[in-house]
Amino acid sequence: MVDDSVIGKRFPGYTFPIERGKIREFAQATKTANPDYLDDPEAVIEPTWLIASGFWAPPDLANPVAELNINLARLLHGGQEFVFHGPPPKAGDVITTESWIDKVYEKEGKRGGSMRFAEMVTEYKDQTGTVVAESRTTMIETGKSTTEGS
Amino acid sequence: MASWDELQEGSAPEAREYGPISRTDMVRYQGASGDFNPIHHDEEFAKSAGYPSVFSVGMLQAGILAGFATEWLGAKNVRRYSVQFREQVWPGDVVICSGAVTRKYEEDGERKVDVDLLCTRQASGGAAIKGEATFVVP
Repeated sequence: MVDDSVIGKRFPGYTFPIERGKIREFAQATKTANPDYLDDPEAVIEPTWLIASGFWAPPDLANPVAELNINLARLLHGGQEFVFHGPPPKAGDVITTESWIDKVYEKEGKRGGSMRFAEMVTEYKDQTGTVVAESRTTMIETGKSTTEGS
Repeated sequence: MASWDELQEGSAPEAREYGPISRTDMVRYQGASGDFNPIHHDEEFAKSAGYPSVFSVGMLQAGILAGFATEWLGAKNVRRYSVQFREQVWPGDVVICSGAVTRKYEEDGERKVDVDLLCTRQASGGAAIKGEATFVVP
């Protein structure tokens, strides 16, 4: 079972720079030719770009997901949300993260047996200390192998 | 980019095809995102886990759908982007992105639209990604 004492416990994250080259690389990998990403010196990030910030996470960083005792072989990424409190962060910004597990619950799956869900929230502050974005990651631990989700 | 006057409930941009999605596309996305789960590039690993081949990273098609939406409504205007992962995307799949305005409103002094977004697999007709987003409309 999920140990729900971890719910709401904040885990300090890491700090990373938003680099124009990474915005461009990500835009090309996601097949958009939008000049707002490719050519603008103050390019904003794509809506899903923050997923790539994990690059800057130190490998030994304490992680709330590790405390959920999820079977990684049965772990699916069920959903992902990003919220921005203004225009998305742009090249040159420096972002610091903090994460916590917000919810844990169970549902009966159509094909995968009983499924456990966990939702992790990550908050992103810019160099002025302002919260500029949040992400919510829905993780699903299935009862058996499944061909849904990612 | 669509204007406030053009946008009405039901307004939809022209749907767009992407792909076929190749193994190279998946590797390129993994390099860009830093997600190096071998299930998306190591054929032997994927088969040993019970899959017929490698399959795409869910966040790749989520990112393609996001790029489709921001070409329609503006890179700087997005305020929320939310996806659910449905069918997996396999090498050779063509995916089709579409969307429509579900709500047009003003809130906190800003003009906004909520939109439904969809990324379907041409091969099955099924949804790979179901998305929702909110944009401001300057």
